[in-house]
Amino acid sequence: MTATTTAPVAAPPVPTPHGPNARLRAWATRAPLLPALVFMIVVTQLPFVATVVISFFDWNALYPDARRFTGFDNYHQVLTDADLRHSVWTTVLLTGTVVLVSLLLGLALALLLDRRFRGRGVVRTLLIAPFLVVPVAAALLWKHVLYNPEYGLLNGLLHYVGGPQPDWISDTPLLAVEASLVWQWTPFMMLILLAGLQSRDQQQIEAARVDGASDWQIFRHLTLPHLRRYLELGALLGSIYIVQNFDAVFTITSGGLGTANLPYTVYQSFYQAHENGLASAAGVLVVIGSIVIATFALRVVSSLFREEVSRA
Amino acid sequence: MNVVRRGGLGLLAWVTGIVFFLPVAWMALTSFHSEQDAATNPPSFTAALTLDGYREFFGTGGGASPWPALVNSVVASVASTLFVLLLALPAAYALSIRPVKKWTDVLFFFLSTKMLPVVAGLLPIYLFAKNAGMLDNIWLLVILYTSMNLPIAVWMMQSFLAEVPVAIIEAARVDGARLPTILARVVAPIALPGIAATALICFIFSWNELLFARVLTGVVAETAPVFLTGFITSQGLFLAKVCAASLVISLPVLAAGFAAQDKLVQGLSLGAVK
Repeated sequence: MTATTTAPVAAPPVPTPHGPNARLRAWATRAPLLPALVFMIVVTQLPFVATVVISFFDWNALYPDARRFTGFDNYHQVLTDADLRHSVWTTVLLTGTVVLVSLLLGLALALLLDRRFRGRGVVRTLLIAPFLVVPVAAALLWKHVLYNPEYGLLNGLLHYVGGPQPDWISDTPLLAVEASLVWQWTPFMMLILLAGLQSRDQQQIEAARVDGASDWQIFRHLTLPHLRRYLELGALLGSIYIVQNFDAVFTITSGGLGTANLPYTVYQSFYQAHENGLASAAGVLVVIGSIVIATFALRVVSSLFREEVSRA
Repeated sequence: MNVVRRGGLGLLAWVTGIVFFLPVAWMALTSFHSEQDAATNPPSFTAALTLDGYREFFGTGGGASPWPALVNSVVASVASTLFVLLLALPAAYALSIRPVKKWTDVLFFFLSTKMLPVVAGLLPIYLFAKNAGMLDNIWLLVILYTSMNLPIAVWMMQSFLAEVPVAIIEAARVDGARLPTILARVVAPIALPGIAATALICFIFSWNELLFARVLTGVVAETAPVFLTGFITSQGLFLAKVCAASLVISLPVLAAGFAAQDKLVQGLSLGAVK
């Protein structure tokens, strides 16, 4: 991430610091930045360092005197404990499914909304609404109002067509959580991909059409390559948000029926089981997973960002 | 043929839009039904409307009043948004109008903090709060929400301030205007719509937050999402009440989201997509 980008504005060249005057000026330029920077380091980086330290201790909050250094024991336990390993797998499955499905649905919706038709603005507004319901409220809505086996809307609608009356949450718990998240995240994907579609080079598409390219050929050879980075961005940002999901798992299944993901497990192991060391080790594992995703995410963001800056 | 296909795709867009909106519409309708009408199979679409669900929710039926939680949420969201703006504006200035050296590196440092999962720091923050007597204190949430939204705000604001033409600033400086005047008269009018959008998005994220609030607050500083978690276990016939509660608590977000619709995607993509 070296600063190879050109300066955003024709800023006066920063003088090379020699002499107290120049150094003073450099600090005057930096000064407005410092409060935000220091605040971020103190509030986000220090706690993480503390988490790493705690993760090397055997520390149950109910027996504070028995705290002792155990090296990698907690990690060993997290990775060998069947429940915890299962929650790692659940996290991967939940995140992967939700991101993939909402990305595909979002792409279809973005393509539909990219065309001109009557009431396009209204449809766009209708589609954004799921994303603007408070996450806990959305999870409650799905749990009680849609999934309820006796009088939920889904079974109510199935009743009309004489369909079965499944108990959605008990029969397919993970799928139930995933469906509610797909409902909330599809609009997000659609918005990103729509922005991507609208930044296409229209002249190029016109030229291809004049040359006799079919809609499919235009989509395959012009639109899709252009959208690639937007698809990547949607997938990565979606992963970052959904890996951390707590609200839906907590509300719909309370982590039961094999739906506990890592954030829920971390929450439970220190909030209910008071296992500080174990919780920290699991937390560090979530971070390592996120860093892998984040590295790619940062790369995509920086490539889009560089394009923006050079266009400006 | 082409006309038919175009019309068909427009229709398809309408149908999917309505399908996605249906749960929200059903939530709104159910909130105005009586508990008996809300719990029927098949669903009663045309049952009589009543405000009982809302009366129940606001505690006139004897339950816990949601007002303290709502007030806490307003305090946490508004105060943290103000702090975010206070910290982000100067920072964005130093990253766009008068950039420091290596300003892109700094910008990406802010972004990277946003990718650190909340659970990574939850336990130390909890232990710190416990020892410092800050548990169940709304100002602890204000600090945490500020850190949660600051990277987003810095990114958005940086891009808005970068749009202010330097030539105008230079011209004002040549005319003898001092920095405060330049900021108030030249920069602010151009950047104001962007600042408003940033504020709305920070407000939404703070209002929605559950994990920190759930772990760090109790009776006194409970926020609206924590209040909603009281509805997780079923309590007999309570669908109308749940719908009323969910709708009332989502209303500020729906309003802010629709108001900042165009900037929503920019905020969510951390400034990468405009």
